[in-house]
Amino acid sequence: MKALVAVKRVVDYNVKVRAKSDGSDVDLNNVKMAINPFCEIAVEEAVRLKEAGTVSEIVAVSVGGSGCQEQIRTALALGADRGIHVEVDGTIEPLSVAKLLKAVVEQEAPDLVIMGKQSIDGDNNQTGQMLGALTGMGQGTFASEVKVGDGSVEVVREVDGGLQTISLKLPAIITTDLRLNEPRYASLPNIMKAKKKPLDTFTPDQLSVNVKTHVTQSSVAPPPERAAGIKVEDVAQLVDKLKNEAKVIS
Amino acid sequence: MKTLVIAEHDNTSLKAATLNAVAAAQALGGDIDILVAGASCDGAAQAAAQVPGISKVICADNAAYEHQLAENISLLVAEIGSDYDNLLAASTANGKNFMPRVAALLDVGQISDILSVESADTFTRPIYAGNVIATVTSSDAKKVITVRTTAFDAAPAEGGAAAMESCAAAHEAGVSTFIREEVAVSDRPELTSASVVISGGRGMQNGDNFSLLEGIADKLNAAIGASRAAVDAGFVPNDYQVGQTGKIVAPDLYIAVGISGAIQHLAGMKDSKVIVAINKDEDAPIFQVADYGLVADLFEALPALEASL
Repeated sequence: MKALVAVKRVVDYNVKVRAKSDGSDVDLNNVKMAINPFCEIAVEEAVRLKEAGTVSEIVAVSVGGSGCQEQIRTALALGADRGIHVEVDGTIEPLSVAKLLKAVVEQEAPDLVIMGKQSIDGDNNQTGQMLGALTGMGQGTFASEVKVGDGSVEVVREVDGGLQTISLKLPAIITTDLRLNEPRYASLPNIMKAKKKPLDTFTPDQLSVNVKTHVTQSSVAPPPERAAGIKVEDVAQLVDKLKNEAKVIS
Repeated sequence: MKTLVIAEHDNTSLKAATLNAVAAAQALGGDIDILVAGASCDGAAQAAAQVPGISKVICADNAAYEHQLAENISLLVAEIGSDYDNLLAASTANGKNFMPRVAALLDVGQISDILSVESADTFTRPIYAGNVIATVTSSDAKKVITVRTTAFDAAPAEGGAAAMESCAAAHEAGVSTFIREEVAVSDRPELTSASVVISGGRGMQNGDNFSLLEGIADKLNAAIGASRAAVDAGFVPNDYQVGQTGKIVAPDLYIAVGISGAIQHLAGMKDSKVIVAINKDEDAPIFQVADYGLVADLFEALPALEASL
């Protein structure tokens, strides 16, 4: 069984991103970049399936500028077998990413596509579902448990009221939630080995995909600031403030 | 301009999130219809018809839609949606699940989690865990939008009498099957619609200590939430999680207990009207967003708070 794992290069989750002072875009100068945390969970899940003997080959794919080869190498160091880089400069929208991934899916014919539920930069939460629609595959979004069976996969999903379990025919798409697993760290020997693993690059033209713009970002701004609050001395003063000043309890 | 709001419901009743999505639709203007797709969902459809200002309610009652499986619902919404300029759904776990599929089927982009409607094609939405608000413009003729429910005051639930239309289209994609659902049953208000929320973090130390929050929650008719740290530590189930990747809440009063205030948590609650933080670490970042901060040991403060309410 073959697994395709999509990974995205994003700003490291510890970085507090700010808008540029002219409001044209976010300031990403000299900011540390990393693999999107949800994508890292996706890689880990594929590696665990391989260790369990369910998956025989893991292909890591990333769509973006040349920098994202770093994140493909990270995936290779974590246990993916080979990489595919779809080179696109500038911002690229979820629908275009989904179309490019569909072309890769057609080329690779994976049984499972595992990806993050959202990237922590755009916070769109769209690409996996869009790939599902374009390929006609079933989707197990926000997965907290994945059990691969014979020709199908059972996915436990995190939904608003609790957990929902569904069964999907293979091939299928899984998008990961935080509690699916805890990703490992890549060991130094594996990082060295990853440098020798094969990595192919394609352009959207080679994949016959026309990258289009549907949504443009005109400006960015910081969110409204909360006015500084006060420290209260004790519970009695807190209750008094809530009753008489904020008037949120009676 | 015609807008279709896809209802969030449990077949028998309409969920409050639908009313927030209707409010966003009203901000766009024009005619608004509501689609209720489910199985034996007449109750939800009747409730939708009572929302004032709705032209008609389309009820698609079919076994294929009973559990809101995205593969089936998206085919239905894409078909019905051909008659509309805007397709809106609340940005709930369910809305997030099927709407991008609809957008891809219609070959349009999706605008996720809008906070405001600036014009017919321009919206604001949070990016980078809400650290930045982006203004975005869609160039698609048809707009597929999910709505951050806390950013739009709910439209009234009653007083209208919309026409009812049934839709017989049965879309069974045949690739997914519902197996089961484990939904926590609680007498408390729902986390996302409660007017008071009290949340515990890693400082609660274990799941049993969450009972300290329950007494207060009972007195304030509050929902109980948690930080990701508390969920990851196994203190409470995942559906308690408030934050960037959990639930987004904006109650009148949010009480954060033993929560340090990571940006991922703040992203889920900082639009609350009044924020109270109780933490023994006076440098905890949560105090920077709290209207009222109490530096105290929560195991002393919580019983005292419960007693004084």
